[in-house]
Amino acid sequence: MTKSVFFIGAFCLFLFITLTSLKSPTTGENGSRADTLAQPKTFGFGRPATLKEIALLDSDVRPDGKGLPAGSGKAADGKLVYAAKCAGCHGVTGVEGPNDALVTSKNLTDQKEKVRTKTIGNYWPYATTVFDYIKRAMPFNQPGSLTDQEVYDLTAFLLAENGLIKASDPINATTLPKVVMPARDFFVPDDRRNGPEIR
Amino acid sequence: MAEQKRDKPLITEKKISRRTLLGGAATAAVVLAQTASGKSFQAALTESELNLFEDPTKVPGVPPGTLGTRSAFEKPVKAPSDISSRTPLQDLFGTITPSDLHFERNHNGVPAIDPAKYELLIHGMVDKPMIFTLADLKRFPSVSRIAFLECSGNYRGAADGKLTPQQICGLTSQSEWTGVKLSTLFREVGVSPKSTWFLAEGGDAAVMTRSVPVEKGWEDAIICYAQNGEAIRPEQGYPVRLFLPGWEGNINIKWLRRIELSDQPFQTRQETSKYTEAIGGGKIRQFSFTMDARSIITYPSYPQKVEKGWIEIRGIAWSGRGKVVRVEISTDAGKTWNPASLQGPVMDKAHTAFRYLWNWNGQPTEILSRTVDETGYTQPFLKELLAARGGNMGYHFNPVTAWYIQGDGQVLFKAT
Repeated sequence: MTKSVFFIGAFCLFLFITLTSLKSPTTGENGSRADTLAQPKTFGFGRPATLKEIALLDSDVRPDGKGLPAGSGKAADGKLVYAAKCAGCHGVTGVEGPNDALVTSKNLTDQKEKVRTKTIGNYWPYATTVFDYIKRAMPFNQPGSLTDQEVYDLTAFLLAENGLIKASDPINATTLPKVVMPARDFFVPDDRRNGPEIR
Repeated sequence: MAEQKRDKPLITEKKISRRTLLGGAATAAVVLAQTASGKSFQAALTESELNLFEDPTKVPGVPPGTLGTRSAFEKPVKAPSDISSRTPLQDLFGTITPSDLHFERNHNGVPAIDPAKYELLIHGMVDKPMIFTLADLKRFPSVSRIAFLECSGNYRGAADGKLTPQQICGLTSQSEWTGVKLSTLFREVGVSPKSTWFLAEGGDAAVMTRSVPVEKGWEDAIICYAQNGEAIRPEQGYPVRLFLPGWEGNINIKWLRRIELSDQPFQTRQETSKYTEAIGGGKIRQFSFTMDARSIITYPSYPQKVEKGWIEIRGIAWSGRGKVVRVEISTDAGKTWNPASLQGPVMDKAHTAFRYLWNWNGQPTEILSRTVDETGYTQPFLKELLAARGGNMGYHFNPVTAWYIQGDGQVLFKAT
């Protein structure tokens, strides 16, 4: 009898300690793994975003083509935009620089050297990234100044110059995600395993 | 011209001229001065002016000011290039980087953002797409943590050995970061359990974007608004940045304006054709987030010259995988290794100071440091890294750094 009372008491004490420690929201050592699950589910701070507010900022393009706008581009038109707005930094044919080379040089015979150049033909695994990046960040001195039409035209031009599409192929929301990029096969996710091995 | 003359500094309160107070000589390091129009300011003075003061006990000191200043004798500076600026590791003590010496890496300059107009949009695979102002973010439960931040392209070598720690690996710094845990905001917007990646986007001229696994957002990501006790510096993302402890610098998106939840990575330019590395066999490694363990001896280092006798070898060690558990020092070019003492508390994913007392006999030698982290990973030599990556250099290079000490005490960098 006394024994069982003792055990029940001990169990209650154990339960009490366990529950108390679970209940108290603690910040881990150095702030890591703060138990935010112990916080209220919602604080009610902030305001709902309207569709218009989201559309204003949401310009990213995914590899499946989600985010691509309406319209269609041609390499011939892109050539004119390139000459006017890009050639100054990337070179007349996209090879010369002074900034990043965009087009794989046709004169390169050294295969090893070719692999190292981070051109669109050599090193870009997804064609959709070309549209996304030009639209968000180029030209460097006037970022975000190009129209969707100019971006489509430039994308078509750069893909054609790299030999990834024919000069006559239109580039739009349907065709762009389907462009086969040779670099895709080279990319592997992080192969380091968080252990002693040097990789 | 006349205006300039009228605004010549006068000493405050008694409004006597500087010349009168100092008996016609010069003045101290910093004085509280006042223009004729009554505007007070702290005036820093030149070293030659300082030298004229031989005995600071014989003149009143500088009254309290509104902002502290670095001594006029101390001039640590970052080393800028067109795209980044490096922390002077050799000039620092302890492990906190003064905020104005924190390294920078920008992708199209530092934007000027009005905190009153700042907003963070979180949308995509969430129950409630929401917008948070800076004031909103500061109302949520906050968290602080001391951790390093390092650029993944943080190794340089030179055949002539003339490299400082700043030049070798000055793209690492440490701060106390404060903000709201991203997991708190994830719960507020109701992130879908099916969401696996999120896009983080900056409000700079590069509209910088990276995809981040949602798991990291739940684990320890912080939406930061403060650094070392004050608002984040513009160069570090003012007013708000993403902070992902232990992960490569560029993914810690500065000037954060948007987070979009998704079920796949966005394959942005930065995570495809930029921050990826060739690892041999024709393979290119992608999404290599974690910074591997690293250490560097910051004293003695180039361009210093040391003298025979006792030298306290000092440096920092860190790992993006967790805590530093050991730092070993060799003073005989790698033949033997001895443990350095670590300055506690040793923190997770943080710069850790180490020290090793050494009596140099004046003979030419090499000194090296290597660290071991809690995952059992030992910082590799350069040749080991090259072998593991098919001879390729690139991002995530964390080799042991050696310092060659000549007979005359001159210290020079040496690759391992």
